[in-house]
Amino acid sequence: MVPLSHYLILSAILFSLGVFGALTRRNAVAILMSIELMLNAVNVSFVAFARYLPQTQLQGQVFAIFVIAIAAAEMAVALAIVLGLYRNFKTVNVDEINLMKW
Amino acid sequence: MDIKLAIFYILAAFTVWAAGVVVLGKNIVRAAVALIFSFCGVAGLYVLLEAEFLAAVQVLIYVGGITILLLFAIMLTSRIGAGTTRVINDQVVLSALVGAGLLFGLGYAVLRGIPALTGPPHLPETSPFLGRALLTTYALPFEVVSVLLLAGMVGAIVLARKE
Amino acid sequence: MMTFADLVQSLYAFAMAWGIPYVVFALVVMAIQVGAVIGYISVAAMFLIWWERKISAHIQVRFGPMRVGGWHGWAQSIADGLKLLLKEDIIPRGADRVVFVLAPMVVFAASLAAYVTIPWAPGLIVRDLNIGILYMVSISSLAVVGIIMAGWSSNNKYSVLGAMRSAAQAVSYEVPMVVALLGPVMLAGSMRMGALVEAQAQGAWLGILPGWFVFPQILAFLIYFICALAECNRLPFDIPEAESELVAGFHVEYSGMRFAIFFLAEYANMFTVSAIATTMFLGGWHGPWITLPGLSPGLSQGLFGLAWFQVKCYFLIFVMMWLRWTLARLRVDQLMDFSWKVLLPLSFANLVITGWVLVAGTQILLMVLGVLFVVALAVGLAVRARGRAATGTARG
Repeated sequence: MVPLSHYLILSAILFSLGVFGALTRRNAVAILMSIELMLNAVNVSFVAFARYLPQTQLQGQVFAIFVIAIAAAEMAVALAIVLGLYRNFKTVNVDEINLMKW
Repeated sequence: MDIKLAIFYILAAFTVWAAGVVVLGKNIVRAAVALIFSFCGVAGLYVLLEAEFLAAVQVLIYVGGITILLLFAIMLTSRIGAGTTRVINDQVVLSALVGAGLLFGLGYAVLRGIPALTGPPHLPETSPFLGRALLTTYALPFEVVSVLLLAGMVGAIVLARKE
Repeated sequence: MMTFADLVQSLYAFAMAWGIPYVVFALVVMAIQVGAVIGYISVAAMFLIWWERKISAHIQVRFGPMRVGGWHGWAQSIADGLKLLLKEDIIPRGADRVVFVLAPMVVFAASLAAYVTIPWAPGLIVRDLNIGILYMVSISSLAVVGIIMAGWSSNNKYSVLGAMRSAAQAVSYEVPMVVALLGPVMLAGSMRMGALVEAQAQGAWLGILPGWFVFPQILAFLIYFICALAECNRLPFDIPEAESELVAGFHVEYSGMRFAIFFLAEYANMFTVSAIATTMFLGGWHGPWITLPGLSPGLSQGLFGLAWFQVKCYFLIFVMMWLRWTLARLRVDQLMDFSWKVLLPLSFANLVITGWVLVAGTQILLMVLGVLFVVALAVGLAVRARGRAATGTARG
């Protein structure tokens, strides 16, 4: 049997990698990919809890389903925004999109 | 060594390596392909956690939907053959510190606080269980998520339309 | 069933007697299963390629392959395979090597992995998963990713265009396909392929027809078949590999063995979707069987079941090939329109009516159909009357 702490540490590693990617990458699409990594990490820990804690309704897995659905909706809107950015600025490099910076 | 532990280590190493390529990879298309691999690794972990319905949904939605959307966006917003610009911006050191701090904090919390749980020997068959849960106890979030998806779809179409 | 599971059990007892650990035994059995599936795919693909050339030839009033190997050119596929194997392996300059090499593997792996839950005969499934049909649908969606990888990494504008069109088509037709497949799942009450086949074994519709799901779910069957054609990139949904338009689309830069893998994956996919349609709608391996002399009834049923499954699958593949050489190609916007505006609402209607009937009984269905018929009649008459008034013609 795999101990629960293994899954949670794996989730922590994936989450930290996602945070690092979201803070350092310059390509807007790459930032979105790092956000997806973070959501996946959270899902792993939800499902691990659903397996290891006594739950009457498998709440962990239900919540993971909702996270997946919301991630899909968020990706669609975020990528539409990225496309709009590309049309206006001709680049998706977030360092160069600084019109609103004071 | 227990076979499940061995499989867990293989899947975990694969997923973390793929996530590393996503975060640090120079070529954005290779980063997207590595993201696909990490999603598949996570789906494998779900199967190990006896959440088979969720594993199939993960592959169907994440790999079969979201990554295709990402690849479309990459193809529409970059030029073939380009890719010599810097990948990481100036905040590398600070974000590495933040990431490491987060990792150590979470790891410490896990190792200190989580008792050695084993859980029930086998979960009930998850697909009918989840179906029933989604339509009875969680019916309201289910309907709200469907409205959210509709709103997201309409919003994305409006934002991405060529005027 | 008593036939093939018994064989595995006796092999296991044999292995235990020799002291082989369970892990090794399980891995060997898995390797044998994978080998059998790959062997079947290769032989079936070669046969299908030859068959397609013959069918297309006869539809076009010509002969097709006649020389290679003597009788009707049966060895043509073998010759083609050898030719592809011996060709030079070209990777275009400027192509992303890793992704270029990986793409055909991803497509073939996705097509191959769907063979895990195909019920060939009673008891003969590689693994009868609880989520059988959901697993097959999700694995098939991996192939689209491989297509995009192939198109993008070829460093060729036509490839990218073909890949994007193919991905858009595949993703659009996946949605009505999954919703249409939910109809039989609701009727059977399970996603397990074995349970779906068993649910069609009992009963008979109207007393004479076999208890297959195609009869109550004819709309779902038609929707599924059309979407399956689109998933396999077959005409009339041929835009991604339109030979006369996009120069072969996403695999234009692939030659030799890599192209052979794409080709193999396409025919493997055709067989997979036919197998799904057979299992969910045409009763799987069910069919009349007799006890062959000298064999046990279980084994006889198994062999007849295997034969019936192949007959039904190849019949559906024949219909696919027939459609390819008869119908014209749909334009990209017509294709997308058809999926989102026609197939998806129809599949939702099928889902709602199926659910309704399952909960409230067949009388509700007859009432709903009666009301719909009256409404359709009224609307049709009104439209005809308005059309006549507009054009000013009055026929007595």
